[in-house]
Amino acid sequence: MTNAIEVKSLSKKFGDFVAVNNISFEVKKGEIFAFLGPNGAGKTTTIKMLTTLLHPTTGKIFVNGYNPVINQNQVRKSFGIVFQDPSLDDELTAYENMEFHGVLYGLSKNLMTTRIEELLRIVDLWDRKDSLVKTFSGGMRRRLEIARGLLHHPKVFFLDEPSLGLDPQTRSHLWEYVKNLNKKEGITVFFTTHYMEEAEKIAERICVIDHGKIVAKGTVNELKKQTKTKTLEEAFLSLTGHEIREEEFTNQDHMRMMRRMWRGGGKH
Amino acid sequence: MNTIYILWLRQLKRYSRSKSRIIGSIGQPLLFLVALGFGLGPIFKKAGGGNYIDFLAPGVIAQGILFTAIFSGIELIWDRQFGFLKETLVAPVSRFEIILGRTLGGATIATIQGIIIFALTLLVGFKPYNLLMLPLVLIVMFLTSLLFTALGTAIASVLDDMQGFQLIMNFLVLPLFFLSGSLFPLQGTGFLAIVARFDPLTYGVDALRSSLSNIAQFGLLTDLTILGILTLVTLYIGSFLFSRIEI
Repeated sequence: MTNAIEVKSLSKKFGDFVAVNNISFEVKKGEIFAFLGPNGAGKTTTIKMLTTLLHPTTGKIFVNGYNPVINQNQVRKSFGIVFQDPSLDDELTAYENMEFHGVLYGLSKNLMTTRIEELLRIVDLWDRKDSLVKTFSGGMRRRLEIARGLLHHPKVFFLDEPSLGLDPQTRSHLWEYVKNLNKKEGITVFFTTHYMEEAEKIAERICVIDHGKIVAKGTVNELKKQTKTKTLEEAFLSLTGHEIREEEFTNQDHMRMMRRMWRGGGKH
Repeated sequence: MNTIYILWLRQLKRYSRSKSRIIGSIGQPLLFLVALGFGLGPIFKKAGGGNYIDFLAPGVIAQGILFTAIFSGIELIWDRQFGFLKETLVAPVSRFEIILGRTLGGATIATIQGIIIFALTLLVGFKPYNLLMLPLVLIVMFLTSLLFTALGTAIASVLDDMQGFQLIMNFLVLPLFFLSGSLFPLQGTGFLAIVARFDPLTYGVDALRSSLSNIAQFGLLTDLTILGILTLVTLYIGSFLFSRIEI
């Protein structure tokens, strides 16, 4: 098996709304793959189906050779994920968040201790390991989430809009680390973004998704050639049009606002 | 087993770290004890009800347990809103283990809260009739805690956000408390006594009152049986609702 992810005619409907419309693609083992699309294109919905959080309406998925609908646990063991929104427990310390993850993934005590130290050192949080996460900045939280997502040595690493709200320094640091990991450990990386330069610089192959449909896929050069444009940004606009996407103000957005109000916007 | 333990431990750590929550939840029962205990005590005695503090103390303990337990369960909404729930839902563990760990954690917290309030009642002059009953008191406290944490979790599984919070407070938690006979004897209240029979807290209050003050309406055996059955049913419904959560 050479594909880390295989998706065949996948659709997801919420009532009458088709969030993902009959998409097919595959991600090779050890590849860095980007899902590029405007807001509300169906990126996060696809990731949720790949990671067992949502059931597909129709279509087939294989992650690491397993079907997320049938072999949930095998799929869950084989991937790590950094969600678009924070998913840490603020009232626990960095170390406790890591420990919690390790126990859920069934790591032995010894293995857990070594790996937590190793990973927290890599993401530069070892000297803050005993601080409560609520005292962390947005960048520190992201780094901790990356470390946590890698604790059980996943074969596939999902990053959903990982650089959202990060400053350029943190962003570049983050990608350097992920690329390094991909090279050294051969971990397959699947990320979503709407930053052109990010997709261009980091991804080996890109899938452009819009209105729940895949409108193009290939390397950056292939996309440029296909659309007869000079930059990825032009290619993207030629594929998805200039119309501005209005997203409905959902519960999620409400929650993000609430969080900003409660915890102070500067930290995120 | 480890999954259940780590989820339980997480709840306890969160609880022990929020001092304001512990102190805040002592205020209300204390107010009830002082205002009602000393305020209505003389009238209660004149009416031939005996020592009101002996009657009231188990009711106030039950109230503290009810509030803490339901809110520990409802905290699930918080986890959902602040994202932490996703971390547990993508992990290779069964959802039943997750909900069990959570519920046991919440129930332990509510029991601790019950013990703290019990200590408070001793300070305002409550005297349990037989100290040998204390282990049984703990069991009753834990069972009541378990029931209402499971109820809170079940409710939280179907709610998306905290908007429904006021509704739950006014139409569930407060009625459960006021209609349970925690503040007044149910005998001779007619219609109210019938309503109270459908309030699960009534049996928690009665069991606590039997074991602490030797005042019983239904008797411990009936109380414990009903509480036990209700707890199992609520846990079952709760884990079903929880397993259907999609994020």
